[in-house]
Amino acid sequence: MNLGLKELRRRPGRFGAAAAALVLISVLTLFLGGLLDGLYLGSTGALRAQPGELMTFSDNSKLSVIRSRITPEQRSGIAKVDGVTAVGGVGFALVAATVPERSEPASVAVIGYELAPKGLPAPPVAGEAFADQSLESKGVRVGQVLAVGPRKLPIKVVGFVPDTNFLQQGALWTAPDTWREVLASARPDQTLPPGTFQAITVQTATPNDPVALATVAASIDRSVAGVRTVTTEDAVLALPGIKEQNSTFTAIIGVTLLVAGIVVALFFALLTLERTGMFAVFKAVGASSVQVFAGVIVQAVVVALSAFVVSVVLVFLAAAGIGDALPLTLVPQRLVSTAVALIVTAALGAAISLRRVVRIDPAAAIG
Amino acid sequence: MPALELTDVRKLYQSGDAEIVALESTTLSVASDEILALVGPSGSGKTTLLSIAGGLLGATEGKVVVGGEDITGHSRRELTDFRRRRVGFVFQAVNLVPFLNARENLLIVAEFAKLDKKGSKTRAEQLLGELGLGDRMSNLPSQLSGGERQRVAIGRALMNQPELVLIDEPTSALDTKLGEQVMQLIVREVKDRGTAAVIVTHDLRMTQFADRTVKITDGRITS
Repeated sequence: MNLGLKELRRRPGRFGAAAAALVLISVLTLFLGGLLDGLYLGSTGALRAQPGELMTFSDNSKLSVIRSRITPEQRSGIAKVDGVTAVGGVGFALVAATVPERSEPASVAVIGYELAPKGLPAPPVAGEAFADQSLESKGVRVGQVLAVGPRKLPIKVVGFVPDTNFLQQGALWTAPDTWREVLASARPDQTLPPGTFQAITVQTATPNDPVALATVAASIDRSVAGVRTVTTEDAVLALPGIKEQNSTFTAIIGVTLLVAGIVVALFFALLTLERTGMFAVFKAVGASSVQVFAGVIVQAVVVALSAFVVSVVLVFLAAAGIGDALPLTLVPQRLVSTAVALIVTAALGAAISLRRVVRIDPAAAIG
Repeated sequence: MPALELTDVRKLYQSGDAEIVALESTTLSVASDEILALVGPSGSGKTTLLSIAGGLLGATEGKVVVGGEDITGHSRRELTDFRRRRVGFVFQAVNLVPFLNARENLLIVAEFAKLDKKGSKTRAEQLLGELGLGDRMSNLPSQLSGGERQRVAIGRALMNQPELVLIDEPTSALDTKLGEQVMQLIVREVKDRGTAAVIVTHDLRMTQFADRTVKITDGRITS
């Protein structure tokens, strides 16, 4: 094992090509993962922030918040179901907002709410909003009054909250009446009467028990006509394109890692071939195949780890350069999972050389 | 107890449908502190005999005992362990590890055998000192002369305190004067430790350094 590390340290050029290829692959993997996370987080924050474990939609809405309508009677019925501890109406309106001193309008999602989502206080007074932090990059500041929707309804920003965007639009969290007013101005055909929401967030007495949650959801759907209840996680995945986006990016990342494995396998197969004579000497003077092979694996892991570190620096630099042009978000979990995947893939790739290492004849050392 | 005992050893190689006899009815004994020179023309079976004695090759027939250990039926794993403990090699091409310095080239033997690190370092430095390389321990093989590299290889062969040192053409890449110096060094180091050695050479002038010379021709010991 020490020998493998010494060779890496003293003959780094020998591993340069493999390392360079892995840096490129790692950059690509991190970039794709960052885009996936950016798209996912930027689309789903408003639903992920909901305080309830369940969400109820109208049963003909296909879990679309835009299409769904929950009447005050349905809302009351949901609140009475056994196991439900609190309910809160939620509604969404996707509109443009004029930001003072900015020529370009900002795309915003005005979200009316009753139960405070994670990270938010109780709803503000009518005509005020808490804004998602992403809107800061659009020039939005606390105390500003935005002109929202086609009728330029004035909404004053009273604070910022993190990670609550909806479908890539900066959220403006308002009182339900403010949201209804915005919705009516943007989509007169969808004007909703007071008390009607698009969805209901449902808190239960058993938030961490999936079986109990399923039971409560089924009870709601049985007790209240015309509704469909799912977990908040399922509601997130039902947002337009989220599942497809996740599966597409995951497949691309998987293929990229497969390429990484093949690259490492080829490089280490060549390196093993080049070093057959040296490995024969090792075996002649007492090295077991396991010891020789362990050195090869250690080298692959260290090369992969080094490539990963370099790629993280490059991707962070790229992210800083790109700014808001792409929804690139680098989260710690993505960095850890990419590092683990790259190292495991590199180790597996290098393991292809095991058979060759085992077959090296120590007698070759003596000629 | 002899350091090496070969009894009726036969070695066949398969080459297509043909069988090539590399060693035939070879019986040989080397005493525990004896230096044996093995001479013969190319292809006579010298290297095969050396490889079988060192556990690098298995004999097709016959019995091989090194330092009292019968290695005839040893598995690959047992032979690896045997090489770690009982024999040392000096290869014709020297075969030092190019990215390790002189000291580390000796220490790889200890690393493979999982010997105590501190003790091994002391022993490696002591051996290199005896071999006249006290001030060259941190030099890479590329920074050493041919004679110095050969001396490092001798040190590596002695690192695990073997009962038998197997040396393949130690002077083939050296001029006569340097070759004689290396042979004198081998004799001194081997004799000082009471270790046995088998030295394969085609240079008859070097046989003067051995206690006994054995000739091998066409796979048979002839004298």
